[in-house]
Amino acid sequence: MATINLTHAVARDIRKAERPSRRAEFGRKLRRNSTAYLFLAGAILCFAVFSWYPMIREVIMSFQYTNFAGDTKWVGLHNYQHIMADPDFWSAWRTTGLFTLFALVFGYAVPFFLAVVLNEMRHARSYFRLLVYLPVMMPPVAAAFLWQWFYTPDDTGLFNAVLHALHLPSVQWLQSSHTLAVLCLVLFSTWINMGGTVLIYLASLQSIPGELYEAAEMDGAGIWGRIWHITIPQTRLILSMMLLLQIVGTMQVFTEPFVITGAANNTTTVVYLIYQYAFNFNNYGDAAALGVLLLLVLVGFAAGYLWLSRHADEE
Amino acid sequence: MSAFDTPTRTLVSRTQLSRPLGRTLYWVVFWSLIVLFAAVFLFPLYWMVSGGMKSAQEMIQTPPTIVPHHVELGNYASAWKDLDLGRLIFNTGYYALGALAFQLVFDVAAAYSFSKLRPVFGNVVLFAMLATLMIPTTVIILPTYLTANSLPFVHWSLLNTPWAIWLPSVTSAFNIFLLKRFFDSIPTELLAAAAVDGAGPIRTLWSIVLPMSRPILGVVSIFAVVGVWKDFLWPLLVLTDTSMQTVNVGLHQLSVGISQNVLIAALAIASVPTIVFFLIFQRNIMAGLTAGGMKG
Repeated sequence: MATINLTHAVARDIRKAERPSRRAEFGRKLRRNSTAYLFLAGAILCFAVFSWYPMIREVIMSFQYTNFAGDTKWVGLHNYQHIMADPDFWSAWRTTGLFTLFALVFGYAVPFFLAVVLNEMRHARSYFRLLVYLPVMMPPVAAAFLWQWFYTPDDTGLFNAVLHALHLPSVQWLQSSHTLAVLCLVLFSTWINMGGTVLIYLASLQSIPGELYEAAEMDGAGIWGRIWHITIPQTRLILSMMLLLQIVGTMQVFTEPFVITGAANNTTTVVYLIYQYAFNFNNYGDAAALGVLLLLVLVGFAAGYLWLSRHADEE
Repeated sequence: MSAFDTPTRTLVSRTQLSRPLGRTLYWVVFWSLIVLFAAVFLFPLYWMVSGGMKSAQEMIQTPPTIVPHHVELGNYASAWKDLDLGRLIFNTGYYALGALAFQLVFDVAAAYSFSKLRPVFGNVVLFAMLATLMIPTTVIILPTYLTANSLPFVHWSLLNTPWAIWLPSVTSAFNIFLLKRFFDSIPTELLAAAAVDGAGPIRTLWSIVLPMSRPILGVVSIFAVVGVWKDFLWPLLVLTDTSMQTVNVGLHQLSVGISQNVLIAALAIASVPTIVFFLIFQRNIMAGLTAGGMKG
């Protein structure tokens, strides 16, 4: 105790002695910090109003009931119980899950495979890069209407016309089974989005040192062996990151079912259901509760990704 | 992108390609890819442009004609007039430029502050901003909408004003992250030298940091413009007034009760601005895409 008191006293004396310079130091620091926060002010204000506050408000609203007059009351978990009793809720999760699953096959595996093949091409590289990215630049709603027209169930639609020319039976596309309708949406989604993914994969494939392939070849690795032992491990980081982005992105799908199928054939997704709860039924509590649930799922994916990548680093 | 043009050793070695079998296989794959890409990415666009030229009768003909019998440019004229496409395109461009301006001012200032001015709790604020990357805007769309409808304390409504697009666009944590990372690579000694010469923070930002940051500013600008042009759900909610709508929202709202061929013509017109934008800036867009994706 005594020593502590002594050091306190010494510290006080030192502080007293240093006071003028310390005050100047403090003023300088204050000025520097206030300038820095002045630069941050615009961004902080926008984040606070349009990101942080809505985030908190969403959680609060999910435990509240709001009527048309704007009166709110606390209802505990009632909103959560209410949406879980709604058959649309389960249907929306099933559709979203199916969409995400299909999108993993088409939107994730196909672009990677395509990029590996494109990276071997010695000619017309800019042709490939330009074309694959063209759909990305279309306004999404315009592209969605275009594909809706392609999917026309009678023979005037482009896809059925192609099937017809090949003497195959025509398909009902969006109006057939639920699975096929979701698959149609995924095909469209892949078409419009894959450009970015392909280009990112191409860039990361180019950063693989050529010596690795040479060494593998000398060890007698065939083409699949080289893909499995060199290409995939060397692009692992980008592959795993794109996997997370892909899952998080496709779990939020909205434009595709909203514009192309318009919720027909049970293709309502989770975000679409949030939209319906909020803006068709004016049921803010249910919409907020569903939003919180979706958020938890997405954060779960992100946390799992972080855990896995840390785990992989330790190995 | 110069790495693209200098062929280094890839999966298949050059000796393997120069063998007769390898060469044949290469050309077969090459030409199949050329045809496949044309069929998958180019043909739908051709189908759209030519579909917009067909008459109502030809639209429902089976099998559909590949080349329109009678080129009817009248569809394009009526699409332009009926959907007021000029206004939709102008609106979207106006929102995109405004969002670009707001992001360049606020996000650049924020990234500069995080990187070079380094205030106390700066890292906490940065973390709080980057954490929003985990929280997609679609999930909190309802509370954000309610907030934009009645701002906290002042209770102004931003609905049906450009501010509803511009201000939320500033919350692009990814752009702040890209900018900060680029600013981090600018040597501090350079800024210290400027400070010795009596330059304040604004002066330093303007005359030293910004001229050095042209590449990343280009990337961020493209993200800002393309982001506004592609957004659908948010403008659908906040821009309900027909005269204020964007291309995406306008196409969706006005598609009802329009004949199919006019609608297709409208889609073709609506796609022109971004595709022209892409063809002009393709080099920057592709460089930005990989710069953003690679190290992110």
